[in-house]
Amino acid sequence: MNNPFKLFFLFFSLLFLQVFILNNILLFDAINPYLYIVFVFLYPLKENKIPILFYSFLLGLLVDFFSDTGGIHAFSITVIAHIRLFFVKVYFNKLEIDFPFFSLKTESFGKIFNYVVTLTVIHHFIFFSLANFSFHNFSNVLSNTFFSSIFTLFLYFIGSAIFTRNE
Amino acid sequence: MQQLIFFIQRFKYFLFFILLESIAFSLILTNLNFQKSKFVNSTNSIVGGIYTQKSKITSYFNLKSENQLLAAENARLRNELQKKVFATPIKDSTIVDTVRYFQKFSFKSGKIISNNYNKEFNFLTLDIGKNQGIEKEMAVINSLGIVGIIDNTSDKYARVQSVLNKNSKINARLRNSNYFGTLDWNGDDYRSIQLIDIPRQAPLKIGDTIETGGKSTIFPEGILIGTVSKINRGNSAENRVLIKLFNDMSSLGTVYVIKNFDKLEIKKIENLENE
Repeated sequence: MNNPFKLFFLFFSLLFLQVFILNNILLFDAINPYLYIVFVFLYPLKENKIPILFYSFLLGLLVDFFSDTGGIHAFSITVIAHIRLFFVKVYFNKLEIDFPFFSLKTESFGKIFNYVVTLTVIHHFIFFSLANFSFHNFSNVLSNTFFSSIFTLFLYFIGSAIFTRNE
Repeated sequence: MQQLIFFIQRFKYFLFFILLESIAFSLILTNLNFQKSKFVNSTNSIVGGIYTQKSKITSYFNLKSENQLLAAENARLRNELQKKVFATPIKDSTIVDTVRYFQKFSFKSGKIISNNYNKEFNFLTLDIGKNQGIEKEMAVINSLGIVGIIDNTSDKYARVQSVLNKNSKINARLRNSNYFGTLDWNGDDYRSIQLIDIPRQAPLKIGDTIETGGKSTIFPEGILIGTVSKINRGNSAENRVLIKLFNDMSSLGTVYVIKNFDKLEIKKIENLENE
């Protein structure tokens, strides 16, 4: 994933996948996967955080343009892009020296699961709280976070199983 | 000075993060506010253009239901016409001067190219805009009932604030009586909407029809909304009544945008009264 062309391709395929297909799924009239956050998981680890913050903000903003949500997607994806390195250090015990050699493919499933679940749940919780923008229907926020997270994670793990080459 | 540069060096990622987050947050706040002009929305030419291409493909799948809706509407309008034919001869023989006839509303048809209904603040995008004479605060309806109010326009596209938006407040009344209230949506179910502030003495029954009241300059009188499905007999101050919408907000195709020619005149008079 270090190839800039691959990242460019990933960026736009996630954007169009999200706005044209996943935004129209609406399982049981409410549950939607938000798979575009996979960009944050797959972006190569670097000590310089400016590029990932900027690109994930841009991706969130473009999703916002298509779904008329103000800046909610941009806000929530930038949060997880910022706290990503912290969780990498916690779950994978990696230091700055290890970042160039880090790849999700080589890690054990349990660690990846913890890492992806944490970031997804944080993103979805911030997203649904801002979409609701009041404490009125707070149980709705929690249930939406729960079910949409399950859906997103389901799609992510299926997708990573399909797209990872067995070597 | 050196201290400051050192500080920026040390916290540059966090400062950049705060900068991006404050941009996003200000966009969220402006988007929630109905009156302010907006920046992030689907009416700009790139996003609108992409949505038009998409709707060109997907509209073929809805042709059948769209035709049925049109046929049903035509039948209803023909029935209305027949009523008029019978009603005219009974009238007194006053001369109707057609030159002085004054049209109050004009209708323009458009197509929904993007639809939201599962969030708390829902918006739709139309494929007509300023070039076709669409302006802010015009009413949007379809053959079954109300859809929303235009809230932002660009040259070729317009954004509609759906009735399914927590900020939408639309005047509504009981059919065949003058008791009126305000439509409000609690963000729960896209099939139903709430009517609040309707007087307690209003004779409400389950199944009663609710229509627009004509007390605003946006909607004409008598556009259908829905039927009463649950009445709250409790002692709450706002007297919430649940209304089942005639419209299926999850599948909208062709809509009509209504322009009120008297809007400026009415606004002018109302402002005079306030001073």
